[in-house]
Amino acid sequence: MSANKESWGSRVGLILAMAGNAVGLGNFLRFPVQAVQNGGGAFIIPYLVCFLVMGIPLLWIEWSMGRFGGKFGHHSTPFIVDSMGKNRFWKYIGVFGLWTNIAVAAYYCYLESWTLSYVFHSILGTFSGLDQEAISDFFATYVSLGKSTLGIPYEPIVFYVICLLLNTWILSQGLASGVERVAKIGMPMLLLFGAFLAFKGFTITAGENGAINDSSVGLNFLWTPNFDQLWSPSVWLAAAGQIFFTLSVGMGTVQCYASYVRPKDDVALNAMSAGWMNEFVEVVLGGAILIPISIGYLGIDRVTEMVQSGGLGLAFRTLPYLFYQWGDALGAFSGVMWFGLLFFAGITSSLAMGTPWIGFLQDEFNWNRKSAAWSFGLIVLILGMPTVLFFRYGVFDEYDYWAGTVSLVVFALLETILFAWVFGMKKGWREITSGADIKVPGVYRFIIKFITPVLLLWVFLGSVFTPKGGDWGAAFRGNWELDNGSIINKLKNSGLKEQIAAATDPTVIEELQNQMFFVNASRILLLTVWLTLALLVYVAYKKRVREGRI
Amino acid sequence: MNTSALVIMLTTMTLVTGLMIFFFVKVITTPPKPEPDSYLDNDDEAERQVPNR
Repeated sequence: MSANKESWGSRVGLILAMAGNAVGLGNFLRFPVQAVQNGGGAFIIPYLVCFLVMGIPLLWIEWSMGRFGGKFGHHSTPFIVDSMGKNRFWKYIGVFGLWTNIAVAAYYCYLESWTLSYVFHSILGTFSGLDQEAISDFFATYVSLGKSTLGIPYEPIVFYVICLLLNTWILSQGLASGVERVAKIGMPMLLLFGAFLAFKGFTITAGENGAINDSSVGLNFLWTPNFDQLWSPSVWLAAAGQIFFTLSVGMGTVQCYASYVRPKDDVALNAMSAGWMNEFVEVVLGGAILIPISIGYLGIDRVTEMVQSGGLGLAFRTLPYLFYQWGDALGAFSGVMWFGLLFFAGITSSLAMGTPWIGFLQDEFNWNRKSAAWSFGLIVLILGMPTVLFFRYGVFDEYDYWAGTVSLVVFALLETILFAWVFGMKKGWREITSGADIKVPGVYRFIIKFITPVLLLWVFLGSVFTPKGGDWGAAFRGNWELDNGSIINKLKNSGLKEQIAAATDPTVIEELQNQMFFVNASRILLLTVWLTLALLVYVAYKKRVREGRI
Repeated sequence: MNTSALVIMLTTMTLVTGLMIFFFVKVITTPPKPEPDSYLDNDDEAERQVPNR
């Protein structure tokens, strides 16, 4: 029998934990950048459409899958999906729900540790008096494990370990006393910090404190619709992708949290509440901070250039400098708010990543919660150290690409097919509506069966065969040259090979060749972890057969 | 702000905030199911126990 007898403390606690799982750094760093790159205000239309026809269905699928599996004592995806499909192969698809979490936690905790470190640096006033270049250099020095500003040798590693220890300790306290308690503190704090920064984002005045633009310039930049972009498949692909990452679907965490809900209790309303809470944080708060503040002080051209490399640079290299334009005290205070907000967004997500592994060990090998939690911390530490030590060689990005991007799409697609076509919509609909505290619109029966899987398949194929520069028009006219960001060209390392071929400086060539080595090594490492987890699932299955549980 | 940006922004923010509040209020105002339910905190509330037959 499973050693897992845990429960949630309260319904609000469960919803906050589930919303905390979904709300992550991407809400503040990825969404505004995606919106700017994909048509400004017009991005919101495909984004909300994708939320309605892909996000909400996936939330309902995952919540009801979790509650269904929990009925049989399963709290991780391998045996949750196994209970829904007769074919033995399904439990190995469920391995994605363990693997993704472990691999993502490995690099995500590193990112989370930056936010923790930056909170301390903001309190200590490290950024006070530094110019923008010096603050940008501080970040570059930090991630290259360069000299420490706090006098602690290998400061990023120390913060990474502290962050992991904190996560592991909270996880070891259990669902209600650990994860839920942190969500009950973290989510309100996040909303409070977000509201403060959003207020600042909305009230920048040109000429005051060094600002060159009013808030309205940044808000116009973000929200002015470019309806021509609506016809671009790449905009829809970007919107669908953003919905994935923001809701943390396709990871196995939603199923795990929902597996502790009893069969007679609601999942339909809970899923909607947590889902819309995430949307509020992303659209209302996330859209009001990064871009309006950056444009207010740097102008549109600089920010357009900077968002090409994502939101991380703006968040860590630029905002600390901009905050100090409001004066030393408010600058430090805003730094604490911003990085504190990112930290709470991060920790509520990374805690969710620990629960599937813990549930698996408790269910299948009778481990107690504490041992299972510490084993998670140890595995994440071992798997995460390469992302810390070899950050500059692209190990971090490689983990993010395969575990944090591709794996989500693959698992979400397969679980939707399982739910709608193998388990069957008749039983699936019963699972969604059973105990529901809202009336689930009947049209979703059709959407879940046909539209969601087709959309997911399109997102997957769009990622495998992405045309060069996202130019689908040219691709459909017959000139289908693959982009270096497509899965096929990523596997072939085409981008790196092109860079090596174009390089003339021997030092640069050597650096790129080293990068190629670390990229390939990361993939082998991730594949080894996946195979090891699949082997563990096989062992657990054999154990179940021996014990007469199957 | 220009009109189209303002319209899109306000419509989106009102819609998202409104739906977030609506569903959250519905969660906290919906009476819980009788014990045993999924939540520990309300286990001892006498009025929520299933009556003995």
